[in-house]
Amino acid sequence: MGEQSELRLGGKGGQGLILAGIILAEAAIRDGKNSVQSQSYGPEARGGASRAEVIIGDEEIDYPKVSRPGVLLVMSQEACDKFAGDLERGGVLIADSTYVHTIPEVDGVVYKLPISLAAREEVGKEMVANVVALGVMARITGVVSRQALTEALLARIPRGTGELNRKALDLGWEMAEKILH
Amino acid sequence: MTQVVEMARLMQGNEAVAEGALVAGVRFFAGYPITPSTEIAEIMAERLPRMGGKFIQMEDEIASLAAVIGASLAGVKSITATSGPGFSLMQENIGFAAMAEVPCVIVNVQRSGPSTGMPTAPAQGDVMQARWGTHGDHPVIVLSPSSVREAYDLTVRAVNLAEKYRVPVVLLLDEVIGHLREKVILPAPGELEIVNRKGPGVAPAGYLPYRPDETGVPPMANFGDGYRYHVTGLAHDELGLPTNNPEVAEQLLLRLHEKINRNLDDIIMDDSMHLEDAGVVVLAYGATARSAGRAVREARNSGIKAGLYRPLTLWPFPARRVAAVAEKVHTIIVPEMNLGQYRLEVERVVGDRDRVRGVNRVNGELITPGEILALLREVV
Repeated sequence: MGEQSELRLGGKGGQGLILAGIILAEAAIRDGKNSVQSQSYGPEARGGASRAEVIIGDEEIDYPKVSRPGVLLVMSQEACDKFAGDLERGGVLIADSTYVHTIPEVDGVVYKLPISLAAREEVGKEMVANVVALGVMARITGVVSRQALTEALLARIPRGTGELNRKALDLGWEMAEKILH
Repeated sequence: MTQVVEMARLMQGNEAVAEGALVAGVRFFAGYPITPSTEIAEIMAERLPRMGGKFIQMEDEIASLAAVIGASLAGVKSITATSGPGFSLMQENIGFAAMAEVPCVIVNVQRSGPSTGMPTAPAQGDVMQARWGTHGDHPVIVLSPSSVREAYDLTVRAVNLAEKYRVPVVLLLDEVIGHLREKVILPAPGELEIVNRKGPGVAPAGYLPYRPDETGVPPMANFGDGYRYHVTGLAHDELGLPTNNPEVAEQLLLRLHEKINRNLDDIIMDDSMHLEDAGVVVLAYGATARSAGRAVREARNSGIKAGLYRPLTLWPFPARRVAAVAEKVHTIIVPEMNLGQYRLEVERVVGDRDRVRGVNRVNGELITPGEILALLREVV
């Protein structure tokens, strides 16, 4: 079996993590790769624990769930506590420091960025924090290209929100640039 | 010749079911939305009216299947979608559809039960209910896909089989496959076979609604086309009229089974991997087959001669094929998100309970490849 990237996005219902997972998976297809996206969520519409998982690879993907994510995004303290231990050795953990204050020891690289706060203050809507997070993840990990991600994002969002979303994606990309350099 | 090349796209399992139904010619949906099947109703509600079809949200699942049966009798390919709690309510009308020979497809995206269980969590606990949920010795066909593309293909197949054999067909998904999004390339229009029910070849005056043709299936007239006949859940004669005549009733019941049993090769679909030299085989269906596939590949990588047998048609049970697989291996492992429902059937065919082992979970989580692999290692 070829190399495949396994990503998990964890947080609360309403943060748009499942949509973010869908956009990542669609971007991967635009990059010419194979991808699957699955999810796990509670019965609540908002506020319950929510997680999306994406596997990206060049070959057939059999088991569609992620057990040891190489990339882990956590946007709530609860998700961080629950999933940090699953991180693959040498993996990347991206924490939204707006809501994640303590991060357990992990064998990998931890990036702390105020994703939701930046969405709220710099784009004006916390609603797009998931898109900021997509920009951050793509820049740090390179699992999808910026062009494919932009195209996939613009194809999924409601009409009239293109500028807002593009701004959010660029913001995420720039935040990652800053933390990497 | 025009060659149409479709774009690869990310599609959800439930979406594939809805798209497959539309391609198969379904133009009527009646249902009551329930997690994790709701997307099917949502998509049908959006798409059907634009295609000249009808979508009705009913007051409950009993009425949903009743409406589907009514629409089908009027000549429209019809489908409903639900999950365990709704599937329980539909049982009465599944029996009616079997007895009155009304083509229909019931999609059940299984969630954790019993009762309302865990609405967003996967399970495979309705496998026996799909076969025996309604009372009486009834025929039924049950199909179970393991991928998004297969969900599309098997939905088309389910509609085809319902129309061809005039039987209720259950499409049994689980939450994992229903909600999974995967890259798919759909077949070009015309690539998949579409079956339409056989109409009466005679004028209304000479029509006997329940007289079978040489295939054992009675040609079916649409209500509204001038063919008036009686449809009942009671035992009935060739006119469709109720009877208590033991001979007529028995002939009817035997024919209902015979029309399925004589066509097993057409109805039973399966898939396999590495059976040629396998000493141990994992038999799995639905999402669990994905875990099984990974486990078998990993076992092969570590030198274990493992194989995978995947029934796509769960019922009628592929007894002959399972027996053939069992002859060549020492152990069959049956992983299921239930406490061993399908394993019982495998044990019945293998005849030696010690050679059949289960991997079972009822906690609302998909069985992992590691759990299956551990048992593969243990038995060799």
